[in-house]
Formats: sequence, structure tokens, C-alpha cells
Amino acid sequence: MAEQTPEKLVIIGNGMAPGRMLEELFEKAPGRYQVTIFNAEPRVNYDRIMLSPVLSGEKDYEEIIIHGDGWYIKHGITLYKGHKIIGIDRNAKTVTSDHGVTESYDKLVIATGSVPFIIPVPGKELQGVITYRDLDDVQAMLLAAQSREKAVVIGGGLLGLEAAAGLKARGMDVTVLHVMPTLMERQLDPAAGYLLQKAVEERGIKVLTKANTKRILGETRVEGIELEDGRIIPATLVVMAVGIRPNAGLAKDAGLAVNRGIVVDAGMKTSDGDIMALGECAEVDGMVYGLVAPLYEMARVAASHLAGDRKAAFVHSDTPTKLKVTGINLYSVGDFADGDGREEIVLRDATAGIYKRLVLKENRIIGSVLYGDTADGAWFNDLLKRGTDISEMRDTLIFGQAYQGGAPLDPTAAVAALQDDAEICGCNGVCKGKIVSTITSKGLTSLDEVRAHTKASASCGSCTGLVEQLMSLTLGDSYNPTAVQPVCGCTDLGHDEVRRLIKAKGLKTIPAVMQELEWKTSCGCAKCRPALNYYLVCDWPDEYADDYQSRFINERVHANIQKDGTYSVVPRMWGGVTNSQELRAIADVVDKFNVPMVKVTGGQRIDLLGIEKEDLPAVWADLGKAGFVSGQAYAKGLRTVKTCVGSEWCRFGTQDSTGLGIRIEKFMWGSWTPAKVKMAVSGCPRNCAEATCKDVGVVCVDSGYEIHFAGAAGLDIKGTEVLGLVRTEDEALEHIVALTQMYREQARYLERIYKWAKRVGLDEIRRQIMDDAEKRKAYYDRFVFSQKFAQVDPWSERVSGKDKHEFKPMATVGFNQAAE
Amino acid sequence: MTMNWIAIGDISEIPLRGARCVKTPVGKVAVFRTAENEVFAIEDHCPHKGGPLSQGIVHGNAVTCPLHNWVISLETGKALGADEGAVRTIPVKNDNGALFIALESLALAAAE
Repeated sequence: MAEQTPEKLVIIGNGMAPGRMLEELFEKAPGRYQVTIFNAEPRVNYDRIMLSPVLSGEKDYEEIIIHGDGWYIKHGITLYKGHKIIGIDRNAKTVTSDHGVTESYDKLVIATGSVPFIIPVPGKELQGVITYRDLDDVQAMLLAAQSREKAVVIGGGLLGLEAAAGLKARGMDVTVLHVMPTLMERQLDPAAGYLLQKAVEERGIKVLTKANTKRILGETRVEGIELEDGRIIPATLVVMAVGIRPNAGLAKDAGLAVNRGIVVDAGMKTSDGDIMALGECAEVDGMVYGLVAPLYEMARVAASHLAGDRKAAFVHSDTPTKLKVTGINLYSVGDFADGDGREEIVLRDATAGIYKRLVLKENRIIGSVLYGDTADGAWFNDLLKRGTDISEMRDTLIFGQAYQGGAPLDPTAAVAALQDDAEICGCNGVCKGKIVSTITSKGLTSLDEVRAHTKASASCGSCTGLVEQLMSLTLGDSYNPTAVQPVCGCTDLGHDEVRRLIKAKGLKTIPAVMQELEWKTSCGCAKCRPALNYYLVCDWPDEYADDYQSRFINERVHANIQKDGTYSVVPRMWGGVTNSQELRAIADVVDKFNVPMVKVTGGQRIDLLGIEKEDLPAVWADLGKAGFVSGQAYAKGLRTVKTCVGSEWCRFGTQDSTGLGIRIEKFMWGSWTPAKVKMAVSGCPRNCAEATCKDVGVVCVDSGYEIHFAGAAGLDIKGTEVLGLVRTEDEALEHIVALTQMYREQARYLERIYKWAKRVGLDEIRRQIMDDAEKRKAYYDRFVFSQKFAQVDPWSERVSGKDKHEFKPMATVGFNQAAE
Repeated sequence: MTMNWIAIGDISEIPLRGARCVKTPVGKVAVFRTAENEVFAIEDHCPHKGGPLSQGIVHGNAVTCPLHNWVISLETGKALGADEGAVRTIPVKNDNGALFIALESLALAAAE
């Protein structure tokens, strides 16, 4: 065929539906169209379903982008960002944007989506009243959340609850108002709605049902809400999440047939043969849609028609609903109202918070509501779609697929038993056969590849587990489910995932972490328990009770175990400075306890080696009388700050390096960190304290303090990187403390600063600590807060009797007792 | 052989997921109390390099040696995972919290 000039395809709107349509179109008819997109939002196509995780802090905007700028360039698409179309001229076949750009089209696709419904009450235009629709709304909410004040969410549906959970996770005091008696009444029956309300309330979110908003109070900014019954709820932020309506105004102005939405046929054509509409703005057969699965189905149909296949037709199907609030599992699909000729099977387990209900008609499932345990959702939905007669398995149906036919409880058995056309990914309409055949034909080995090629689990992600099970079924043992290194054999989660979930789910004890994150062992192992203990100490300094049984012996007895089972004791010498009285006390201890070896350490301390465990409390008591505290030479924490004599003595010294070292050490001692932290302060660039191979170092210069970090002088040898130069000692301390706190919050257990820095990037650390004063201050404040609970001298605690069992044998027995 | 049970103390003297040691003429014995409140006694001497097992982290029915992270089963005394080796287990009796051990097997071994 001779080369043709491509036809001009213009798309109004850049959401998920047209994005998907283009992907399908480029696959079906590459090069056929020259594409131009007008996007009222000033950005590329991103995954709107994932806005809630962005709001709650579980994901960044960058992680939810579907098509980056490169994708548009690769496909030769002209994308007008921030251009809103204000008119369609159907005679001239042109569209015009609010910035005055006019573009002609051969085919036009309208994908203007929906607009949030604003309830018409007085005060709806006040500052601080927002909707929940796009990234701008999320950013507005995040800004408002910084105040940590009160928020009211109007609407107890999917979106409203996700918004409420996100705002709560960001520290706001949140109340949800819902007009109906139970939450999510369109997707859940009252029993599941009640369980959901309880779970939401357990997260500290207040829920008021049957709450009719009368007006929003305030002068220029919102101050509260008044309900019909007279109650007043104070609020500085009001989020309206009561529903959406199709955005069809533009189409109506252009004279297209518009009902609730833009009326289209099953091929997505409007009343004008050259104009199509799809997405939330389109109305097919009297229905409008808001969930992603039918919208992607529209995209597929529209792409087929644009590519010349006129047979493709949109068919309605029930879409399962899932809530994306971490820790709350619910799933509903189909019709679950009571009615004649309908029966139901219900399973309740109040303790475990599980509720399952199947609605049957003529021995077929027509609806299902699952709460708490949703693993069988896909299977029930499959039976529903197929109209399978379930009379044979009716007795055990509610227990799920694993219990049918006495099959073993192999987690992959359920997936293996699914038919090839069983739907795995509801959002993208991907069935089992497609996933399996793509894995085989393309030789895929990672989840990301499967997502890229099939789109399965690429939208809301809730079917990730199923997709992974399919991968292990198809690939056998060669499939490594997580590219991330799991913490240990007790879990499949990596350190970063665990840290994120501890924060996101508000987990505050080791058993809670293991329960919620589905640990595979009953009480962990020697690898994960110390890590979890550290993460909890770090994240909840005021609330978490340190679990000594999850600490390595050195941190439990505040001394270092040696090869023969004796211990070494290192008293703290601030900045490496000591005096005659301290030295005398040490000498006395050495004599009194026959300490076999006294050694000067690399960190400018004195180490007493070969002390019997039973003697430790007495050794500490004597050292304590001389004013010593523990040197924490055993800790994953601040060890030592090594110094040179600096400007006080040295003829080259530029600043008081000894004084700064002592100040840092007195400020930071006792803090727990992911791995040991060794510091040093040198008084001039001759660097006698060897600050440039430390975790954190300072090199004093005439103009101030050069802060270094990420050095190593152990298994690896590495010079430090420069964080930046500050002018005063106070600034030096603030920067060092903030850097340490950032490391405390982000690093994996046992990961030294240089490894962490390599992973997150030096520039990012410099940006947050040197350039962003607000972030730096916040890190600093969190460190100071946690020190209130950490700066307790463990030696004096033990001397006063804490955990004294640790240091004595339980019993001493002889054979004479045995002969009694 | 009849067992001579020697009283060593009460279960409450051992922390949950922890251990205490008992000194005997034939060496130290480590007495463990697991998260499930089960009590085990083994020689306090790792088969690898003699580390004091009573100082290790207790998880499930196993302990990780504090010196080089060998994992020893409290039930069998055998090293778990890829490592090979074993320590002797010592019979323990838990009579409503009152704990007793029987040292015959250790004594015999010492007499050999």
C-alpha cells in the first residue's frame, strides 16, 4: 500500500481512558493517526486510582505516572498541557483551546471525564472547601494537613473513606459525614458496612451516619459544618466526596446528544459520526461508569473502531469494588439486595473481623460481599460471571475455593484451578490465559515485565498476589517472587516495605507487625526481630516499649561479648577527653576485678576486656561512682566522636574541634541507629581526627565547619562525601543531627550510612539537609523528641537492679543434690 | 535409669523468649523459656566454637548463638540449616512452674 498521510486524531482529555485507548490503537494501527491531545490539567497521564496512596504517603506522584513525557515524544503526540478546550466547531471540524490554539481533526475523541458533585449548601464556595478528583486536590489536602487540624469529609463512599484515611495518616483529626445509615451502602450490605465503620473508627476517624449537611460555616475560610439536626462540627478543611457527574457541557454546547452523559452507541460513537466519546463522560445504553474496568473496556472498543474494526462492541458487566485503605480488605460484586427467590450463605467470625455473604438465585451466585478476608473474591466473581450451578458444593462454598473437593490448602491450587478465561485483573480486564501465554511467549520473569506486557495488576495493584501466583505456577521454581531481598526467611517483604507499612498501618509492637504483615513464623528469628525492634524504637519513640529479648546480647547487657563468653566494657569519654580522677577509677576497677587486659581503642576510648558477666553490674557501679556512663561501644547507635585538640592547643587549629566533638556526643549519645555511627571532628584540614573516613565527620576551616558523611574504614574503605559548609557551631550541630535522623528514618537495619547514601543518592540528602530548611528543622525536632526517651544511662539502670536476672545464674547445683 | 530431678527454680525467673544458665559440676546448662511458655534445657556451649547459647536470641523453638549466628534447635540440640553439629539436650520437668533438670546424661558423658 502506498504511504498515506496520517489522519488527524484529536483527543480532548488526557485521563486513563484515552491513554489506554491510544496504547491499544498504536498496537492495532501504528502510524495511522497523527495524534494531538488537549489536557486541562498541566501534566501527563497518571493513575488516578492511586491518588489515595499518594495522599496517605504510601506512594509518590512519580510512581503513579502511566505515560511519562518520553512516551508522547516516542509516539509523535502533540500534548497541550493546561489547555482547556472551549469550543468544538463541527462544520469546520476544529477545536479551540482557552489559550487560543485551534486544531483541525478528522476524528475527534471527547474524554472530558467527570466533575465532582458539589452539594448546594450555603458556604460551599468558602476557602478550605475542596473536592477529591485530581492531583491538585491531593496537593491542596496535603497543604491543609500540615496544620494537623480538623478535617471533615462529606461522603462515606469509596472516595470519601480513602480521603479520610489519607488525611488521618497525615496527622489530621478527621470526621466522616455520611447521609445514609451505613457506609458504602451501594457496594456493601449493612452488616459489612457496620464492620467497615468499626474498622474506620478504630483508626481514630470519627464517623457520623444519617448526617445531613445544612451549611458550611465561616467568613472567608471554612470554620465548621452545621448539620440538619443542629450539631456543629468544627473544621478547617472540608472535602466533598459525594459523587461525580459526567462532564458533558462541551459536547452539549457543540449540539451532540447528551443525556446524563454524552450519548454513545456500543461502538463509542456520538450522534456525530466523526466524534467519539469515552470514559466517565460517556453514557452507553443508559449507564454511566466511574470504575476503571468498564472505562478500559470502552478504550478497547474505541481503539478497535478507530483502527477500522467496526464489530467491537461495549458490553456491560458488574465490576467488583475494592477499597484502597491499607489494612482494610473488602470486596463486593453483583446484586446483594434481599428479594424473592433469593437465598444467602453467610459466614461471620467476629474475632477475626471476617464477614462473607453470598447471594444465590436458582443455585447461582448473583452477588457477593466479602469483608476481612477477600482472597476468594476472584473465584466467587468467576462463578458469578459464568453462572455456574453451585448446588454440588453448596455446603462448603462459603469457605472458598481451597476447600472444594478436599483439595489441599496450597495457595497456588486455587489459581491453578481457575479456567483460562477467568479474570485476574479486574481493572484491566486481563484473564488468566492471557497472562500465562504472555509469560511463556515473551519469556517474562519479573512482575514488572508482566505488568508492562499484560497490564495485569498495573492499575490498583490489588490482584498482585494472584499474578505472582500465576507466575510461580508458570515459571516453577525459577520464579523469584520478589526482586527485593526479603528481611529474612520469616517474610517476603523487604526492609523498605516493612518500614513503610509500620508507619502506614500504625503498627506499634513486634507481634502487631508480624500479625498484620503476615509473618510466616510465630515469633520471628534472630535476623528480623532486632530489625523490627529498631524500626519501632525509631518510629514510635514515646510509645514503643523496647523489647530486650529482641536485642542482640551486647545491647541487652551493655557490653561486648568476647569469644570466651566474657565481656568487654568501655566507659564513655566525651570527645576522647579524660582526666586523672577518671583514670584512677579505671585503674581501681582493673585491680579490683583482675581485668586481664586494658586497651586503647581506635575511637579514643579505654576498653576493659575479659570481665565475667556476673561482675558487670559491680564494675559499672564502681565506674558510675566516678561519673562514667556507658560508652555504648556495643550499640547500633552513636559510638564515639573522635576529636583532635583544635584551636584550644594546636597552632594550626581553626575552631574548637574538641568542644564541638564533646557537644555533639553529649547531644546525641544514647540514640539508636540502623547500624553503628562513628563520628570525628578535626580542627583543621590536616585532619588529625581522621574525620574523612567516618560515618559523619567535621573538618573545621577558617570560614566555618565543613560537614562530611558516608565514609567507611572497615570492610570497605571509602573517603567521605562533603555535605556542605556551615558558618557556626550551632548550624553544624543542627545539620549533623538532621542528617542522622534522616538516616535513622530511612535506612535498613544494619545498613551503614555510606550504603544508605549510595542507595538514596547524595544529591537527595544534600537537598533535604542543606537546602530545605524546613525539612532539616523537622528532622532535627524529631531527633530531639526521641532523645527524651533514649538518653537513659543503661549502666546506672542495671546497677539499680533492672533486669538483674540477666547477670546471675538461675541456680548452681552439685551432684550431691542429685543423690538426695 | 531413674531420673534424679534437681530443682532449679521457678519458670517466672526466666524471661519469655529468654534463657538463664544453671551452673553444674559438668558445665553450664542453658534453660530456655519460649514464647509459647515451653521450657528446654541444653548444654550452654555451641557446637561451633563454644559460644554461650544462653545469651542468644530465642525464636520459635530455637536459639541463635551470639558468636557466629548458628541456629540450634532447643528440642533436638541439633544445628539447623546448613550447619552441622549438636549439643546435648537435658531433660526438664515443669511442675506447675517449678522447674527441675536431670543431669544423668551429662554426668555419664563427663565420666566417659
